Amino acid sequence: MDVIKIAGTDDTPNVHLDKDNGILELSGRSLPEDVTAFYQQILDWIDEYVKAPNDKTVFNFKLEYFNTASSKMILDILLKFEAVVEGGHDVVIKWFYNEDEEDMLEAGEEYADIVEVPFDYVVM
Amino acid sequence: MEQESQMFLEVVYQFYKTMTTNEISLVYEGEITQEITKIFTAMTERNLEKNAESNTVQRKVFHVMVECLQNISKHADSLNEDRAERRGIVMVSKGDDSYNIITGNIIKNDKVPDMKKNLEYINSLDKESLSALYKQQMREGSISDRGGAGLGFIDIVKKTGSKLIFQFKELNSEVSFFILTSTIKRN
Repeated sequence: MDVIKIAGTDDTPNVHLDKDNGILELSGRSLPEDVTAFYQQILDWIDEYVKAPNDKTVFNFKLEYFNTASSKMILDILLKFEAVVEGGHDVVIKWFYNEDEEDMLEAGEEYADIVEVPFDYVVM
Repeated sequence: MEQESQMFLEVVYQFYKTMTTNEISLVYEGEITQEITKIFTAMTERNLEKNAESNTVQRKVFHVMVECLQNISKHADSLNEDRAERRGIVMVSKGDDSYNIITGNIIKNDKVPDMKKNLEYINSLDKESLSALYKQQMREGSISDRGGAGLGFIDIVKKTGSKLIFQFKELNSEVSFFILTSTIKRN
């Protein structure tokens, strides 16, 4: 599978998706003007990935900030991994947050409520 | 002519006094774009850092500003149909125990009843219900053709723990001016 590696900007996150090396990671800030345009490539990549996933998937979310439109796209990403879990594969969402950042921890917990995928919360 | 320019200087001075006594750190009226959003949030972040505000307050102010400005850049209507630009007014002020983010923009009258109802409903909810509504809207909603997820107001109230203060001033039979104040407590 293709590797997606995008360097973050002041309104878009760093993206690293590399199946062979087992790296799935979003980090930084996400407040793009057009969320659909930015996230479509990521969603497309994940659609491919879930067809033939690795035995173990760890997806790192190391976001320091995301706007509400991005929050919807993040949910769309997470929902795609439900099928991988159902298929009997190991999936963990590693949700990183700063210790003094309750809102970010809370956001992760909200996703965990909605999505049938295991979450690990990790202090950055 | 001379007198007129003297008067204008007085207006500028009064404006300056109003801004400083009310600790208004930012006032802007004009087009709101993604670039403007990034510049204002960065400016405000630096200001808050200088004021030695806690990280939590800094992040909440940043968050609310992004949502308010992107609301305008996505949803504001205009007085004149020919001018499609999305513009509005933005103010950031610091009070003794809170920061206020005030935005104002033109909105079509036919959108007002639904917005009012929505804002009143959001204001009536406690933290738990806001979280439930946010999750529901995230699951069931979709990104509109204007690029919004319909989550901004819910998120502001949820993150700040303060109710939104809002007003719609009808300007004519077509449009109203929508003013929104979001409050971020400093402790």
